[in-house]
Amino acid sequence: MKRNTIRKVLNYIRKYQHYVILSVVLAAISVALSLYVPILAGRAIDCILGPGNVDFAGITKILLWIVGIVLVTSLCQWMMNICNNKITYQVINDIRKDAFRKIGVLPLKYVDSHPQGEIVSKVISDVDQFADGLLMGFTQLFTGVITIIGTLGFMLSINVKITLVVVVITPLSLLVAKYIAKNTYHMFRVQSETRAEQTAFIDEMLSNLKVVKAYSQEKHNMERFEETNERLRKASLKATFFSSITNPATRFVNNVVYAGVGLTGALAALNGGITVGGLSSFLNYANQYTKPFNEISGVLTELQNAIACADRIFQFLEEEVEIPDLEDALVLKDARGEIRMEHVDFSYMPDRELIKDFHLNVKPGQRIAIVGPTGCGKTTLINLLMRFYDVDEGSISVDQTDIRDITRHSLRKNYGMVLQETWLKAGTIRENIAFGKPNATQEEIEQAAKASYAHSFIKRLPDGYDTYIAEDGGSLSQGQKQLLCIARIMLCLPPILILDEATSSIDTLTEIKIQEAFTKLMKGRTSFVVAHRLSTILEADVILVMKDGKIMEQGNHETLLKKDGFYAKLYHSQFAD
Amino acid sequence: MKNLFQYLKDYKVETICAPLFKMLEATFELFVPLVMAAMIDYGIAGNNKSYIWKMSGILITLGLIGLVCSITAQYFSAKAASGFAAKVKTALFDKLQNMTFSDMDELGASTMINRMTTDVNQVQTGVNMVLRLFLRSPFIVFGAMIMAFTVDVKAALVFVVVIPVLSVIVLGIIVMTIPLYKNVQRQLDNVLEKTRENLTGIRVIRAFGKEEDEMREFEGKNNALTRFQQFVGKISALMNPVTYIIINIAVCALIYVGAIRVEAGILTQGAVVALYNYMSQILVELIKLANLIITMTKSAASAQRIGTILSMKEKPESKSDLQTKECPEKEAKVVFDHVSFTYRNAGEESLTDIHFTVKEGETVGIIGGTGSGKTSLVHLIPAFYPASQGTVYVDGQDVRTYDVDCLRNKIGIVMQKAVLFQGTLRENMLWGNEEASDEQIKEAIRLAQGADILEKKEEGLNTLVEQGGRNFSGGQRQRLTIARALVRKPEILILDDSASALDYATEAALRKSLKSLPYHPTTFIVSQRTSSIMYADKIIVLDDGKIAGLGTHEELLENCSVYQEIYASQFRREGKEALA
Repeated sequence: MKRNTIRKVLNYIRKYQHYVILSVVLAAISVALSLYVPILAGRAIDCILGPGNVDFAGITKILLWIVGIVLVTSLCQWMMNICNNKITYQVINDIRKDAFRKIGVLPLKYVDSHPQGEIVSKVISDVDQFADGLLMGFTQLFTGVITIIGTLGFMLSINVKITLVVVVITPLSLLVAKYIAKNTYHMFRVQSETRAEQTAFIDEMLSNLKVVKAYSQEKHNMERFEETNERLRKASLKATFFSSITNPATRFVNNVVYAGVGLTGALAALNGGITVGGLSSFLNYANQYTKPFNEISGVLTELQNAIACADRIFQFLEEEVEIPDLEDALVLKDARGEIRMEHVDFSYMPDRELIKDFHLNVKPGQRIAIVGPTGCGKTTLINLLMRFYDVDEGSISVDQTDIRDITRHSLRKNYGMVLQETWLKAGTIRENIAFGKPNATQEEIEQAAKASYAHSFIKRLPDGYDTYIAEDGGSLSQGQKQLLCIARIMLCLPPILILDEATSSIDTLTEIKIQEAFTKLMKGRTSFVVAHRLSTILEADVILVMKDGKIMEQGNHETLLKKDGFYAKLYHSQFAD
Repeated sequence: MKNLFQYLKDYKVETICAPLFKMLEATFELFVPLVMAAMIDYGIAGNNKSYIWKMSGILITLGLIGLVCSITAQYFSAKAASGFAAKVKTALFDKLQNMTFSDMDELGASTMINRMTTDVNQVQTGVNMVLRLFLRSPFIVFGAMIMAFTVDVKAALVFVVVIPVLSVIVLGIIVMTIPLYKNVQRQLDNVLEKTRENLTGIRVIRAFGKEEDEMREFEGKNNALTRFQQFVGKISALMNPVTYIIINIAVCALIYVGAIRVEAGILTQGAVVALYNYMSQILVELIKLANLIITMTKSAASAQRIGTILSMKEKPESKSDLQTKECPEKEAKVVFDHVSFTYRNAGEESLTDIHFTVKEGETVGIIGGTGSGKTSLVHLIPAFYPASQGTVYVDGQDVRTYDVDCLRNKIGIVMQKAVLFQGTLRENMLWGNEEASDEQIKEAIRLAQGADILEKKEEGLNTLVEQGGRNFSGGQRQRLTIARALVRKPEILILDDSASALDYATEAALRKSLKSLPYHPTTFIVSQRTSSIMYADKIIVLDDGKIAGLGTHEELLENCSVYQEIYASQFRREGKEALA
């Protein structure tokens, strides 16, 4: 599983393999050179033996070498960092792009059944954390490993015995770090759980502070808050303290290494086994050798975290996509609007049957009213008509062609949809109206706006049609947003309409306007209208009565009244009060 | 930001001890090169084995003392930081809970939540790091320099030149990249917005077949982000190579100066090695310091944001300058005496010259278009907001002179947004009245037409409500919030468009049961639908913040044009046809 994830990550990296190779080469050069510097420095020190015994010419030559090497090393280091940046950010750019593309082809079933925040956090936070881990992995792991190998080589070249001392003692720090990490893991979990609990409480109470105050629950809440707060404080103290022992502990191990090198080195020097300069460079190597070991535990946790994130991202990227269009799928153009549903079975969950053996026959230009209490399942019908979901059994056809034989794109283009939940994109008013027809002229756009009674309020906005509206309509009122959604449809004028005429939060005058706009729009078009007002229902050719997601009855007003079923009951309770 | 430090007061000992012990540790660390120099000069040069053993022992002892000091310091700083964070959070929560409604509107919930979570966490990390490292790193840098001076003054001058140069470069790169990182964050926000937008609008985007266009827009934003990330990366990647160059040039200078001093017989070889080691220590500490400064700038920004909230002035209308005007109608339950109201920072009045009286037990309907001021009006009764002009009286007393809890205990208000809280259903209902028995709660739920909700849940009142009440439908939540208000048997009941998710039949039943309440609360019903309020004793028609009509349904139909219009738009055709 994990290996799989790593292979997938490598697949993304492959595209940039020349950068990876370059980066490794640069890392090797810079590490090798930077390790050579202490040797040179040691040699320079060896030239300083005592008063009257200093080889200035030798020192100058060596020092010039050092400066040259240092310059080259730094340049290599910088270029290596740039390579690593390039690889990391390009890889996550590619991953994000793929993730976003994925959103475009996911079945709506997935999107509907997963909280939006969860998907967003995959595309944003997970990818971000993955990037951090990847970058750190590249820079630290590469150079770390090369440094360990390099220093080992250099130390061996100076003195084998002392090297053994270093090699034996250093891994102690790893063990110590691992031991501490293992024992603090639990404390961190308690901390993050308590923190999550507190955050949920804060979120809930502050989001609804007005209710809290209306019921004078401030004191009560404060007590509850202080209880979790104290628990969090204790958990946090424990986790922070115990985890922070790692650094001093590994530093102590390093000090032991240092003392060990000093001791064995000095003893060896007595026998002439090593020069003072050699000992000085050796001490320096010992320091450099231990450093990657101290950092390695941090890098490993970071990498582990990154792999976990990558895992979540890849899981998302591998979700099943919508069944692709047939290869020879038809392109539907200007449908006449004849719609048939035959023997349709459908349910969201296999064990909860919703629609069973449903038939509907709509002639071009007919008006279908969908009636029922809130939450009656009108979205289900829209989902099926627009092929957001596929039927389980039976078929739906437009102009006598099964919609599964038509490209989704062209099928949907024949529908005009205005939903109760208005959605506008961040952009100008013009962009929003021309959403379905980006090359529309200003004249066409204004005409559409006029036809939907949106023109006058747009004119009054600070920049007219170029006014920028933020995500989800920004400061526009609900009614204004709805008018824009209607204008969006007015510009394309598709042959079949799906209208949700919900106007519960709109004032009466705007409502009348929206109503008029709808009437204009429906003329001569096949339309499905989620109806809340009696006039629409009475004017409909077919009334579909829905409840709890099921289609209960269908027919026109008279026949349904005569039937004296659910519709009759609904009708009497709502309109004949 | 200054006022945040007061929350460290209870941790004085820890706050002082943590850096102190850190400095102790650093001091011992600084002795290490000296010990090593002695080992070289006396041990090796003097061919003294026992001296070498002794010095090695000292090295390990120094390490051990360092370990103890450092762990002590870590404990103190962890204690101070976590305690500090807890105190700040309590203070913040208290402050936020006691804010006026106007302040709440100004801040917004997501800001408040961010301050209490992300920002406090950031500050906690900052305090912890500062206590541990902020004194240590400069101490080692300057300590190393001072130690160098004790070794040899002339050679130490190299340090005096290098340290400022290094500091300037490290700081310079940090200062340069901070605004760039902010820019990266902004680009990331753009990418996030686009992603979220595509999820919310997925149906519309697919209906218009715009997937490809959206993809192109996303790519533009994504590429911009990548470009910025790489640009910042290039600059911050300069830090290590540049410091490396400078330190090594300094090492060269040090060796050269050392050579001259040794030649002159002033320095020993071991001393040169010690100087060289001090220079290496500085390099390590500077890199740590750079990371610390980045954490600190983030923490400081967070601390500043928290500070702004904590120092927010409460702006209550001081009770002393209220004119103790006699209530014009002492017998009435609720009186609005020429009340006008403007939201803070709003240019225009939301309510203008509202004047009416309501007798005990009466039902008042309030109707009007969106933005006509219906909710603003009822929010003045529990003194959520103070009237800008005129006075609101409840039981003959100015609402602003009440003890807030005392006033709000009289009132049961059901807000537009039906909110339930995490916990059991019973806990939710007890908000209305802490002493209510299960029987009373069930009765309230029944009166709110929610008996069927309870029946469906096997666990009855013990049913767990998930966050935001999402395991209940909109209509169920509305009825439950009404029940919560009824549990307290309020003297005044306010329903602010609280039946919008109910179907007509349920709403009618609810109306009937509210009428039959044995304690006859004075009731305010805000609604968009004429059918919800037409049977009220009194209907207030609001239009653009002014009273456009006041009377019974029949009276208003006679003489109020706004009411006629609303009624007509909802009932004219449908009503007549339906009744026909």
